[in-house]
Amino acid sequence: MLETFFPLGVTNYALGGLLVGIGIAIPFIATGLVVGVSSFYTTAWSYVHKGWFFQTNWYLQSRGWKWFLVGGIISGGLVYLLLYGPAATTAVPWWQLLAGGILVGIGTRMSGGCTSGHGICGIASLEKVSLVATLTFLTTAIVVALLTSKIFVW
Amino acid sequence: MVKLTMYTGGLFLGFGLALAGATKPEIVLSFLRLEDMGLILVIGVALLVTLMVYQIVPRLLSKPPFGESFDGHDGFPVTSRTIVGAILFGIGWGISGICPATSLAAVGTGNWPLFYAIAGMFIGTLIYGTIRSKQPPTHK
Repeated sequence: MLETFFPLGVTNYALGGLLVGIGIAIPFIATGLVVGVSSFYTTAWSYVHKGWFFQTNWYLQSRGWKWFLVGGIISGGLVYLLLYGPAATTAVPWWQLLAGGILVGIGTRMSGGCTSGHGICGIASLEKVSLVATLTFLTTAIVVALLTSKIFVW
Repeated sequence: MVKLTMYTGGLFLGFGLALAGATKPEIVLSFLRLEDMGLILVIGVALLVTLMVYQIVPRLLSKPPFGESFDGHDGFPVTSRTIVGAILFGIGWGISGICPATSLAAVGTGNWPLFYAIAGMFIGTLIYGTIRSKQPPTHK
């Protein structure tokens, strides 16, 4: 039964989820700040793009610490690499990653959050908008992934 | 201190995502294709921990040790942008299996092709922000 739904087991998934939760909890307990990752990409553009969307208070105020959050996330991946050795690089074609990235970039800015911002932090803050957004992007992604699995190699 | 806690939080986030395999688009896509339910476990456990911390900690502490107040419920309204944006995000997620946090952790693990995803997200953010900036401001 368990193997049907979790062919790779459940341990690493549950443990990884626990660590993600702790990673979100630490900044909140210490500083009161809610962390979402998609806004980093906007904050980065705020240095060069003078349009009002990039110059809103939130993106400017979070400039100081966003780089440290992102540096931590990349370092966390690096720690995994050092402990477990290099994993195989993805077989998903580059154009799928690039096109997916562009749509994710547009969509997360338009709806105001991503998997971490809406899906975890927003729902945990009992935001209706986050619950609606999460159910919408999750359902859409499942439909798209099921349809494209017949066409794409990956 | 804010920067140090953000870095530490990021370390846990990045390592947790890598351990869960969420840094591999194949794992995410196998969940979205309903072949392996592992990712719902990752999100579920992370959500449970976050929900408890967000709801309990502000009741125990009057203010965070290194901040002014706990961010709480903002009550942002659901608009057509919420829905259309989430649909576009869902299409992107469904064809690639990537998202903003996992791509960053992935390049840390040496999964280099995820730089394409990161470049894509920078491009997408620029496209949306440029279009929005041409319209009248809705918030500060």
